[in-house]
Amino acid sequence: MNKPLRRIAIFCGLLVLTLLLRDNWLQYVKADSLKDDPKNRRVTIARYSTPRGDIIVDGDPITGSTKTSKSGLNDLEYKRTYKDGAMWAPVTGYASQAFGANQLESIEDGILTGTDDRLFFRNTLDMITGKQKQGGNVVTTLNAAAQKAAYDGLKKQGGKGAVAAIDPSTGKILALASYPSYDPSTFAGNSTDTDAKAWQKLQKKVNPDDPMLNRALREVYPPGSTFKVVTAAAALENGLYTSADENTDSPLPYIMKGTTTELKNEGNIPCKNATLRVALKVSCNTVFGKIGSDLGNDKMLAEAKKFGFDEEQFTPTRTAASVFSDDMNSSQTALSSIGQYNTAATPLQMAMVASAVANDGKLMKPYMVDKLQSSNLDTIAQTDPQEMSQPLSSKNAQILQSMMETVVKEGTGTNAQIPGVTVGGKTGTAQHGVANSKNPYAWFISYAKMPDGSSPVAVATVIEDDNANRDDISGGGLAAPIAKSVMEAVIKSKK
Amino acid sequence: MSSTTNTPTHHTSTIGAIGAPSRRNTELALLVFAVAIPVFAYANVGLAIDDKVPAGLLSYGLGLGLLAAVGHLAVRKFAPYADPMLLPLATLLNGLGLVVIWRLDQSKLLQSLPNYFQAAPRQLLYTALGIGLFVVVLIFLKDHRVLQRYTYISMFGALVLLVLPLVPGLGANIYGAKIWINIPGLGSLQPGEFAKIALAVFFAGYLMVKRDALALASRRFMGLYLPRGRDLGPILVVWLMSILILVFETDLGTSLLFFGMFVIMLYVATERTSWIVFGLLMSAAGAVGVASFEPHVQQRVQAWLDPMKEYTLSQQGVVGHSEQSMQALWAFGSGGTLGTGLGQGHSDLIRFAANSDFILATFGEELGLAGIMAILLIYGLIVERGVRTALAARDPFGKLLAVGLSGAFALQVFVVAGGVMGLIPLTGMTMPFMAYGGSSVLANWALIGILIRISDTARRPAPAPAGNPDAEMTQVVRPS
Repeated sequence: MNKPLRRIAIFCGLLVLTLLLRDNWLQYVKADSLKDDPKNRRVTIARYSTPRGDIIVDGDPITGSTKTSKSGLNDLEYKRTYKDGAMWAPVTGYASQAFGANQLESIEDGILTGTDDRLFFRNTLDMITGKQKQGGNVVTTLNAAAQKAAYDGLKKQGGKGAVAAIDPSTGKILALASYPSYDPSTFAGNSTDTDAKAWQKLQKKVNPDDPMLNRALREVYPPGSTFKVVTAAAALENGLYTSADENTDSPLPYIMKGTTTELKNEGNIPCKNATLRVALKVSCNTVFGKIGSDLGNDKMLAEAKKFGFDEEQFTPTRTAASVFSDDMNSSQTALSSIGQYNTAATPLQMAMVASAVANDGKLMKPYMVDKLQSSNLDTIAQTDPQEMSQPLSSKNAQILQSMMETVVKEGTGTNAQIPGVTVGGKTGTAQHGVANSKNPYAWFISYAKMPDGSSPVAVATVIEDDNANRDDISGGGLAAPIAKSVMEAVIKSKK
Repeated sequence: MSSTTNTPTHHTSTIGAIGAPSRRNTELALLVFAVAIPVFAYANVGLAIDDKVPAGLLSYGLGLGLLAAVGHLAVRKFAPYADPMLLPLATLLNGLGLVVIWRLDQSKLLQSLPNYFQAAPRQLLYTALGIGLFVVVLIFLKDHRVLQRYTYISMFGALVLLVLPLVPGLGANIYGAKIWINIPGLGSLQPGEFAKIALAVFFAGYLMVKRDALALASRRFMGLYLPRGRDLGPILVVWLMSILILVFETDLGTSLLFFGMFVIMLYVATERTSWIVFGLLMSAAGAVGVASFEPHVQQRVQAWLDPMKEYTLSQQGVVGHSEQSMQALWAFGSGGTLGTGLGQGHSDLIRFAANSDFILATFGEELGLAGIMAILLIYGLIVERGVRTALAARDPFGKLLAVGLSGAFALQVFVVAGGVMGLIPLTGMTMPFMAYGGSSVLANWALIGILIRISDTARRPAPAPAGNPDAEMTQVVRPS
């Protein structure tokens, strides 16, 4: 009987060996993916086991952590708090014990929680010296005064809207506001009474205003006339016209090529063979529609792409991709070139357009995380400004600047004038809804230029107001004052 | 108390096997470690959770030490030539299990569950009863061959034990598996654990008598020796019994364990590989057949194939789904190579049965890959010492019984650990010695007792032949 016994001994050994192999697979090969699985409760427990690192604006934290009562089923020790949560929500996102995290809170979770590999040395040191593990900080590029001006302006205005402001020379995001907003501290805990109810109330299906939508980055609107800046840049870059003051070849009335439809202007404005400067000043649909049609879909698309259209930006918070379609016919291209038809842009995208013009044609990659710090404030990563593209030459940028400055000096954007500062801008009133039945969106994009020629800020503002009187909506009336206060706040804080 | 004082033979001859040392001092030395390691682990848990050495350390250490001492003295007195590894290894696993059960008792999450109770004190009581049963086995089972007389009584006993959970009013359906019985005042009992031993006795007795018929009377067909139809009877009966367990008690593990044990013993008894082939085919057919209509088994298989889906369903509150499998996998993964350290993991997220069926996951998270490998090797060592005992045994009944018990032990470890680690579908059995549960602890201590008895008999020096010193070298007949 000994031969089969020996074989049984081998068989039992193989059973144990199989278990050993499986265990190595589980605890070595798959260990990290199981450990970091967001559904693994331990990830949440770790996230809230120590005071979370802070998100910092202008040297002051806009977030905090507070100790919660840890008992029974509540295994989380700390909970997130926010200062002016509603104002900063488009920047921070949320970190909730019950509902997870998103945007900056989620993207930089490793740093904020202290588990990021780049903190390894620090953590090892803390472990040896017996100090509690601490999260690092995320230092943002935002400007508190500009953010406040943007949010207060939107709030005062009362309708839905968003503001995005960029430093044109670096791409630093200075303001990112969305209204209506939400306070992430209302559901930062995991109480089924308060937090879950607050969360429920913010959901889109309960709340049609969708306050948790980050309009500055994640909503695309038809940009309307503000897109004419892109069309003008395309005309100059492609040599269709070489100066702001030569007459364009623009018939009035203008029948779109291949159709019998007339493209109309808003009101009776002097658009027949108008110069680019005049056409931008009074916002001629006919002139820019025809430019788009003359250049054709491909050239317009190429220019729009140079400004960042048709791709998501990572600031590092992901933005929606703005849209300029390909495969359009001549009349569709004409409509798209005045910011209608399929064209749609995020507020950040239009701020990028203004910033590229202000920065002499160079578009800087927009970003909002300046640096990452360990808990003892050592810098562990720093974002360097990065050129994204050059949508137009320096010479053409200056031509476009002078055109946009005329808009503010004596055109539709006079509401944005700031004494002692040169402001360039463009208004927009975008139609939407079936047969333009809904209230248009009021747009304003602008930049400020200091006497020394530097340009500290470019801003885009959009207001969607279902309740306002249709005639009242125009970029110059609703959006420009907000843009102005944001630019003033930035200029003031620079002094 | 040296080994030689107990040797009942006066030979000083060259026949080494006869003068084999008893190895009792080795056992004692190993036992010191087997008690010290859990005591340190216990202190470790207390320091990790409360920053202080637990108040019960002294009494716990003394308790475990006393139990180990009682076991050791019983072996020294009643089975002096027994294998020196079995008792220390079982003591170590039992002690570590106690520590982790105590550690899970401290979990605030588990304390907040409705049917929480302090499990560690009860497990300590079960351990004491288990060692008591171990001693009783050593005292009253002077020779394992006595069990041979109870072959058919064992069969009857095993069947009664297996049927008990199905008796209305006595059986309890706990989370789908009907393998428990409720005894008023005593709590619940898993009769399957005891049936395991009774069946091993029956199979050993039966196969010892029938082995020649089963082995020799066969026809050759396609390179395999096929048994005669009438010899197929017993294997068919056992197969049917396993299937019935699977159908009526919906317990895959017990079913697999019994059938697997029978096939192993059949193979050892007959030395016919064809039986293994038959066994595998029959168990595969049975498992697939039952799985095709038994929803509980199907659900276990689904949960095994896609634990994440099972987890999601349970989170959505779908009745009959459990998050345990996925939680166990997360526990293992989060432990990584070295583990979080005792008392510092979050395996309490497994909630129900965290300290019984899923106790290995806590070891996995808190002691890591290193700890689990050590534990699996300890189990492997117990099994191999058992098979070693079978090899050394002089009588076929002892050989069969030892290999049956060891094989069942190995299969149980494989089925439970494999289930918890997601290697095979989950079953309702417990890790021997480590998991919380009186039936399991008692039955496995009895199992170790029997193995120790067989190994003592096997290693005991042969009785001295009548002495004619001159003829000594030629007349000693070495036992086979």
